[in-house]
Amino acid sequence: MGRKINNLLLEFASLHRFLMRFFRELVTPPYEFKEIIRQCYEVGWKSFPLIGLTGFIVGFVFTKQSRPSLEDFGATSWLPALISIAIVRALAPLVTALIASGKVGSQIGAELSSMNVTEQIDAMEVSGTNPFKYLVVTRVVATTIMIPVLCFYIAAIGLFGGYLSIIGQDQLSLLSFFTQVFDKIAFIDIFAMALRAIVFGFTIGFASCYIGYNSSKGTEGVGKAANSAVVASMFIVFIEELLIVQLLAVITPLIS
Amino acid sequence: MEKIQNRIIYDDAVISVDKLSKSFGDRQILRDVDLKLYRGENLVVLGRSGTGKSVLIKLISGLLKPDSGTINVLGEVVNELKERDLMKLRLKIGFSFQNSALYDSMTVRENLEFPLVRNKRNLTRAEINREVEDVLEGVGLLQAINQMPSELSGGQKKRIGIARTLILRPDIMLYDEPTAGLDPITCLDINTLINEVQERYQTSSIIITHDLACAKMVGDRMVMLLDGKFERQGTFAEIFDTDDDRVKPFYDYNFIV
Ligand SMILES: Nc1ncnc2c1ncn2[C@@H]1O[C@H](COP(=O)(O)OP(=O)(O)OP(=O)(O)O)[C@@H](O)[C@H]1O
Ligand SMILES: [Mg+2]
Repeated sequence: MGRKINNLLLEFASLHRFLMRFFRELVTPPYEFKEIIRQCYEVGWKSFPLIGLTGFIVGFVFTKQSRPSLEDFGATSWLPALISIAIVRALAPLVTALIASGKVGSQIGAELSSMNVTEQIDAMEVSGTNPFKYLVVTRVVATTIMIPVLCFYIAAIGLFGGYLSIIGQDQLSLLSFFTQVFDKIAFIDIFAMALRAIVFGFTIGFASCYIGYNSSKGTEGVGKAANSAVVASMFIVFIEELLIVQLLAVITPLIS
Repeated sequence: MEKIQNRIIYDDAVISVDKLSKSFGDRQILRDVDLKLYRGENLVVLGRSGTGKSVLIKLISGLLKPDSGTINVLGEVVNELKERDLMKLRLKIGFSFQNSALYDSMTVRENLEFPLVRNKRNLTRAEINREVEDVLEGVGLLQAINQMPSELSGGQKKRIGIARTLILRPDIMLYDEPTAGLDPITCLDINTLINEVQERYQTSSIIITHDLACAKMVGDRMVMLLDGKFERQGTFAEIFDTDDDRVKPFYDYNFIV
């Protein structure tokens, strides 16, 4: 028991060191712009198809399933408003984060831990490249930038999916659909969505890099790292979601 | 196959290790180790698996931190250097890893370019290409330039790994088991390569091995790591002129059995 607590404390200490090192290396030159752009391509661009498909299905299915309960009140005309609130306030950042945890988190975890196991990280270090800057900082920056982009993309596609679901049964022009959608969401909602996405993006990048970079040596370490990267990312994202919801509940009335 | 005599300057130590100790947990790997590498010399470090040979050169290149003792490389104390100065010093030390450690997401060309592009930013494209082709030619693998590491054999990977460290023209080379797991002919190639590097670039090298043929072929001087200390050192003949049963089996296995 004492040993367990001790290990936990040691883990926190090393997490804290990793975090401090991240911010220190982030602000000190040289900056790895080229590699950041390459990583944005890797984590962002390559996730567009999957994110797009997921967004479409979420929007389409959510709308389809919500219709009957609104129909009971004869209120199907509220569908666009309902969809917009659901997607912008809740679904878009969360779904993006979960998909990205699975796809990007496992990729980063496996990549870094296999580089660690095969001493590629050591090799980089002895040949005059700071591996922390080159591997960790670039990936965390890339996920922090690209997850929000993916989040806006998933929101747009999700809304579009909702629209398609609606016009399956009702007459509604795209223009009036989007007028109703934006009628219901305020600036604070968009802001909250972006904030969530940024926090989630940082979390996924950081957790996966931490786990991959510090994985145990040995080939079984690679699979374990990929797996823990996904689990840890998702777990922390959920906790953050809970906290952010509480925070927004306090802030929103103050602003509007 | 005797090696040709090189110019070794015995009053100029490029690496000098003093009273170096290193433990992992409660296992002491190195205890008060002293070691000198002289300019122009090929020093062979012998020792059984798990005695801490790899740990020793990782300490020398600053990948690990010692518990106590000093490591002086080219006049600088590695274990006291700031990150930035350590980076600079490392460019003068080539490190050939036990498992080659090629970047497996890059082609052979990109592997070799990596240290070059990142440390000498003023080179032109043509100069980079020439350097890369030069070194690859030196290790006899120019034809593999566009292949991925996963398409290469173990011996080829070793040679590419050595080429990648040579591209920065280091003063010191650290070879971690350059011949482990290779067939005798490839071993011969690698040993010849190590000797060529010594002659052509005037490097001083530490070669870690438990392959005595390799030791005999490339080493000017040898030390043997026994129980965390260098208890025996000298020429090949001197090392094995003993009845110590921690040493004799090494020789017997290679040359008598
Ligand atoms: N980073 C580390 N953390 C904990 N223990 C380590 C670490 N690196 C090495 N060791 C331990 O130190 C001992 C010496 O390891 P080292 O790799 O130096 O052996 P070696 O002499 O190179 O053996 P081999 O010939 O098999 O390569 C081993 O028992 C290993 O378990
Ligand atoms: Mg070793």
